[in-house]
Amino acid sequence: MIHSLFLINSSGDIFLEKHWKSVVSRSVCDYFFEAQERATEAENVPPVIPTPHHYLLSVYRHKIFFVAVIQTEVPPLFVIEFLHRVVDTFQDYFGVCSEPVIKDNVVVVYEVLEEMLDNGFPLATESNILKELIKPPTILRTVVNRSTNVGDQLPTGQLSVVPWRRTGVKYTNNEAYFDVIEEIDAIIDKSGSTITAEIQGVIDACVKLTGMPDLTLSFMNPRLLDDVSFHPCVRFKRWESERILSFIPPDGNFRLLSYHVSAQNLVAIPVYVKHNISFRDSSSLGRFEITVGPKQTMGKTIEGVIVTSQMPKGVLNMSLTPSQGTHTFDPVTKMLSWDVGKINPQKLPSLKGTMSLQAGASKPDENPTINLHFKIQQLAISGLKVNRLDMYGEKYKPFKGIKYMTKAGKFQVRT
Amino acid sequence: MSAAPAYGEDKGGSAGPGEPEYGHDPASGGIFSSDYKRHDDLKEMLDTNKDSLKLEAMKRIVAMIARGKNASDLFPAVVKNVACKNIEVKKLVYVYLVRYAEEQQDLALLSISTFQRGLKDPNQLIRASALRVLSSIRVPIIVPIMMLAIKEAASDMSPYVRKTAAHAIPKLYSLDSDQKDQLIEVIEKLLADKTTLVAGSVVMAFEEVCPERIDLIHKNYRKLCNLLIDVEEWGQVVIISMLTRYARTQFLSPTQNESLLEENPEKAFYGSEEDEAKGPGSEEATTAALPARKPYVMDPDHRLLLRNTKPLLQSRSAAVVMAVAQLYFHLAPKAEVGVIAKALVRLLRSHSEVQYVVLQNVATMSIKRRGMFEPYLKSFYIRSTDPTQIKILKLEVLTNLANETNIPTVLREFQTYIRSMDKDFVAATIQAIGRCATNIGRVRDTCLNGLVQLLSNRDELVVAESVVVIKKLLQMQPAQHGEIIKHLAKLTDNIQVPMARASILWLIGEYCEHVPKIAPDVLRKMAKSFTAEEDIVKLQVINLAAKLYLTNSKQTKLLTQYVLSLAKYDQNYDIRDRARFTRQLIVPSEQGGALSRHAKKLFLAPKPAPVLESSFKDRDHFQLGSLSHLLNAKATGYQELPDWPEEAPDPSVRNVEEEDLSLIETHVGLLGEYTEVPEWTKCSNREKRKEKEKPFYSDSEGESGPTESADSDPESESASDSKSSSESGSGESSSESDSEDQEEEKGKSSESEQSEEESGKRKMKKRKKVAEGQGEGSSSDEGSDSSSSSSESERTSDTEEEQVEPDSWRKKTPPSSKSAPVAKEISLLDLEDFTPPSVQPVSPPTIVSTSLATDLEGLTLTDSPLVPSLLSPVSGVGRQELLHRVAGEGLAVDYTFSRQPFSGDPHMVSVHIHFSNSSETPIKGLHVGTPKLPPGISIQEFPEIESLAPGESATAVMGINFCDSTQVANFQLCTQTRQFYVSIQPPVGELMAPVFMSENEFKKEQGKLTGMSEITEKLTLPDTCRSDHIVVQKVTTVANLGRVPCGTSDEYRFAGRTLTSGSLVLLTLDARPTGAAQLTVNSEKMVIGTMLVKDVVQALTQ
Repeated sequence: MIHSLFLINSSGDIFLEKHWKSVVSRSVCDYFFEAQERATEAENVPPVIPTPHHYLLSVYRHKIFFVAVIQTEVPPLFVIEFLHRVVDTFQDYFGVCSEPVIKDNVVVVYEVLEEMLDNGFPLATESNILKELIKPPTILRTVVNRSTNVGDQLPTGQLSVVPWRRTGVKYTNNEAYFDVIEEIDAIIDKSGSTITAEIQGVIDACVKLTGMPDLTLSFMNPRLLDDVSFHPCVRFKRWESERILSFIPPDGNFRLLSYHVSAQNLVAIPVYVKHNISFRDSSSLGRFEITVGPKQTMGKTIEGVIVTSQMPKGVLNMSLTPSQGTHTFDPVTKMLSWDVGKINPQKLPSLKGTMSLQAGASKPDENPTINLHFKIQQLAISGLKVNRLDMYGEKYKPFKGIKYMTKAGKFQVRT
Repeated sequence: MSAAPAYGEDKGGSAGPGEPEYGHDPASGGIFSSDYKRHDDLKEMLDTNKDSLKLEAMKRIVAMIARGKNASDLFPAVVKNVACKNIEVKKLVYVYLVRYAEEQQDLALLSISTFQRGLKDPNQLIRASALRVLSSIRVPIIVPIMMLAIKEAASDMSPYVRKTAAHAIPKLYSLDSDQKDQLIEVIEKLLADKTTLVAGSVVMAFEEVCPERIDLIHKNYRKLCNLLIDVEEWGQVVIISMLTRYARTQFLSPTQNESLLEENPEKAFYGSEEDEAKGPGSEEATTAALPARKPYVMDPDHRLLLRNTKPLLQSRSAAVVMAVAQLYFHLAPKAEVGVIAKALVRLLRSHSEVQYVVLQNVATMSIKRRGMFEPYLKSFYIRSTDPTQIKILKLEVLTNLANETNIPTVLREFQTYIRSMDKDFVAATIQAIGRCATNIGRVRDTCLNGLVQLLSNRDELVVAESVVVIKKLLQMQPAQHGEIIKHLAKLTDNIQVPMARASILWLIGEYCEHVPKIAPDVLRKMAKSFTAEEDIVKLQVINLAAKLYLTNSKQTKLLTQYVLSLAKYDQNYDIRDRARFTRQLIVPSEQGGALSRHAKKLFLAPKPAPVLESSFKDRDHFQLGSLSHLLNAKATGYQELPDWPEEAPDPSVRNVEEEDLSLIETHVGLLGEYTEVPEWTKCSNREKRKEKEKPFYSDSEGESGPTESADSDPESESASDSKSSSESGSGESSSESDSEDQEEEKGKSSESEQSEEESGKRKMKKRKKVAEGQGEGSSSDEGSDSSSSSSESERTSDTEEEQVEPDSWRKKTPPSSKSAPVAKEISLLDLEDFTPPSVQPVSPPTIVSTSLATDLEGLTLTDSPLVPSLLSPVSGVGRQELLHRVAGEGLAVDYTFSRQPFSGDPHMVSVHIHFSNSSETPIKGLHVGTPKLPPGISIQEFPEIESLAPGESATAVMGINFCDSTQVANFQLCTQTRQFYVSIQPPVGELMAPVFMSENEFKKEQGKLTGMSEITEKLTLPDTCRSDHIVVQKVTTVANLGRVPCGTSDEYRFAGRTLTSGSLVLLTLDARPTGAAQLTVNSEKMVIGTMLVKDVVQALTQ
């Protein structure tokens, strides 16, 4: 299946290669570079590139291309999903996944990759199992540089009925925290009406519990959840019949569930943007003014508001004054970014000023789209509420915590 | 590992063997001055005895490999360390070996013996990794060794090693394809493996080595379907795509019937196939009065596949979701394909690479099944932040989804896209509009007008694209659009994009009759600028000139001549050729006027309008989700998706002898069954939840919560009613009665034991009367149902007495005793007397399960005559010998399973032991001596029998907790003088106790116990087994199960719980009047299920 893997940084250097079958010369990447050149932008590089003898499947994350070389038919998503899993694993191991970190830990990376695939077919991809096979680097081990970071026993998870959980977990403080995070994806049109809006949510968990706890999590209003996908630990049938999440959790951080809120529910849009962006044909100055305000926030404050907008090429510079926060404009990428912070409903933040346009150029066809980021703590915008969290199978009493948060996902305002 | 900056120097450097490595190594720190010296150093480090130095060296070497540097000259030094004790050094050496063994084959052989030793290591991880490395060393000379190792590992105890063996198969195959036959044997063996760990890997090996050997799958098909949910994600993908292919060869198309029905409803006659239509639906086939053609009946195995893959749509892995989606697309009946849309739309939230692949597939699907994605139209709306390739794919989907009703919204959306800054995207949008216009006639004019407006766009690209699209649209109805053509003609002054200019010229030429005045003028202008035009434009100028010459030669003759002369001396030979050709054709020469007479027909023939269609059309002949589909070209190793067969191959090839499943390793969890939670916690939890949630459910959850709790009261009443208790109809809530009843029950059951010598028949009759009376009085559904049930049960016991009474002892145990012992999670409704309190109160203590509401439902919903009898006819297996008279020196001991709850412990099976003394002397002090029991099994001894006089016999009751297994309970039977070793092995049917259940509840429970927990067996019922009571009697003889009411007459259902763990055992016998009957057992305890199936089948087919 997966023949080789090349890691390529944004400047086109292959800084790591790993082969699971016979060695494929790195010159195969030339085809990739060609495609990269053609695509101009990194995200436009086609994920699948056919070459005369191989196929190159790549993902782009953290400014690194992970290019897998395959030779025969294989479901492309299989490879892509695996590459993403590799990135996730690196992130899990090293905290961040970046070129310097991978280079610093090249031996661990190599060992991990060796365990993840055998002859190109995934062998162990569960982070809990991997961490038992190859221990993540710790400061102590880096300093001593002597003790081994390889386990010598087959991780019990590999054979157990719950391969995602290692056995013999012990904590003095037993805690289980769940974050319900919802993202609003929306497209708002010029006049402020919603073209499309939907809520996507995830429940991320951080479970540090001793032994083999068996948890159940129930919702007050499970019917809100229209479409769900589970971590493999969730017992599907129990969900089908009772709408209860019943699971033996992996140890540590994991994504328990991601869901989509049914489309019938109208989505409350918590913010509005008033905008007045105008270019005039003759003048070399354009007017720019935006105001952000709260709409349906259920009494919560909107924080972490960031407004970004890709300005048309004709815009040379912008001179703007924000009523709060800071703003930047990059004349090269034409990216305007305004870090607003909190929205105070009494005094709405606004950004006003002028744009200087290229002299003589005609006015752009389209006004820039405004992208919005924000956060609302303590609120799940869909109204989803966790009812109970119960633990069975262990005697102690765990600390339990549930946090709600709403964020903007792909939130766009067309102007 | 701290010298990260050192990396910076060699970015992208190629790995020449002689290239100095100086400064490249993270740990070298630039100390070493030359390549040789540094490698010497590494060699030295590898040669030391210190593991830490070795490790350091190996780490540096691996870092070199990672960067693609050549480290092959260190091979001898490294390979020596293959037997190093330090596990990390060893691992790194393995990494090195696998990388370079191919290049240094002779030296690599030195390491082989180490691996061979490793293969015998007691540690499974070491065995596995030895096999991994051994099979990864691509040295042809060791092929026989590898073969041997694989064969051995394939029967290793550890499933992990077996998995590794499966992985090694394709490795060996790629090294030496001559081994195929032997490898197939190994694959066949591993395919039969029942662990989820192995399943995915072996199917992968199968796909790589012998995908054509579909026959290997037959026997494993059902197992793979059932294991699927528990296999790890990667394996799931491989298995699903293999099963898709398999299903295409083995089953009939689920859609064929629809088309057949429409076409020739009468003709198709498949009489010969009649008997193949087994399973659900075949009934109709046989009973249909018409000389019917065979209606399409989905093979149950086909259904099994669809049913077992569906939950995987909820997987977190995009690859799995896609695999299931393509399976449904290719295999499911039309009506069911829709379920995949939601899951696929969900994937659009994922990484852009995933989106890219998913959208490609959605694009293909949306052409065939537009309706499926229509509700999700808005999910395909484009955001300005999407990468261009995603935008274009979304556009494709939107265009495919556009129809009469949603076209206004789609077009409005397109309008905003046209203003985008991303010009490639704008061009694609214009083409999309063009396609919408051709597909949907209603909006053609709107689109055309919109496109014409775009002609005044400032961006040339937009204009050019519009022109091209307009050209295509105009071809469809040119007559009405003279104005647009004129407008286009004006544009020739401004537009510079060659393709657009060429399009305009072609249009004017083609429709020059509609614009007779303008056309010559355009030609004049073009003639002027001819030399400066692009080739493509020049060709069209010649074209235009020729056409004008033919239609309007008066005005354009000279111009045409001029253009042709210019073209004659063009640099491009195409243009020169064309000019020469055109001149000969249109200008009549002296000799041959033949051609020029037809020139008009040649040039101005009516041309068919171009069809604007999706590039994704017909891509679905590739299996969706495959690489080939994505590239729209056959990739190496692509397995063609076969067409459905005309006639289904024999489905019986998939039948498997059910072996003892005790070896199956069960994986629980994984989206699958839920078994870990002890039953009682679940129940109490549920009750707690009910109480807690009531307020919240009240508004949003309209149905489930309140109804359930509301129903529980009348339920408990009715339940007790059915047992003819006059007292307990007090309406106490079921949860309350739980605790009290458990205790009372114990007393009750012992009470009933005492009365068991009396015939139960009389009482039954009494009860029947009472119940009937109640039923009539209350006229409630429950009442009448229960009355019929009891009367029915009586009938069964009657007939039984008449017909089969093999053993006298059977009669002794009254029906009341057959009810189950108390299990912890079960609330027992205690029953007092019958209405006439004078009658001795013997009532069957019946188990009532907790979710009573559903019971009630079941009772009220079934309207066909019910044949429910909870009470099993007397007892199963007859008296069995424990100790023979001769061996026992006069003491003969028999035992029977009385099927009464054992009074001491509800988990115990009560065994009646009959002693008889045929010796001359009394036997004294009979008791059980130190039992030697397998773990888990316990014995409650019977009280010592002090003395047994000669010729006398005695009976004692002992309890054995078999722990839900058929393990033998060995114990000693002691007399004062002797000890006898005896053993009791229970038939599996005795390890359970009947439970009361409604049809609905039964179905619900059965639904939870599918997959691995379901065991099905086909059997042919002999004619003697055709009547109801015989079947019921036979089943209940074998197993201590309770009859569950059933709506259809040919189905029998029985339910029970195992004694120790209280797991449900559900038995369904589907006895069709013709053809094979089907026996299904659902139980978490698969071993019990399998054995039960065997026993019941045996009993029924005797």
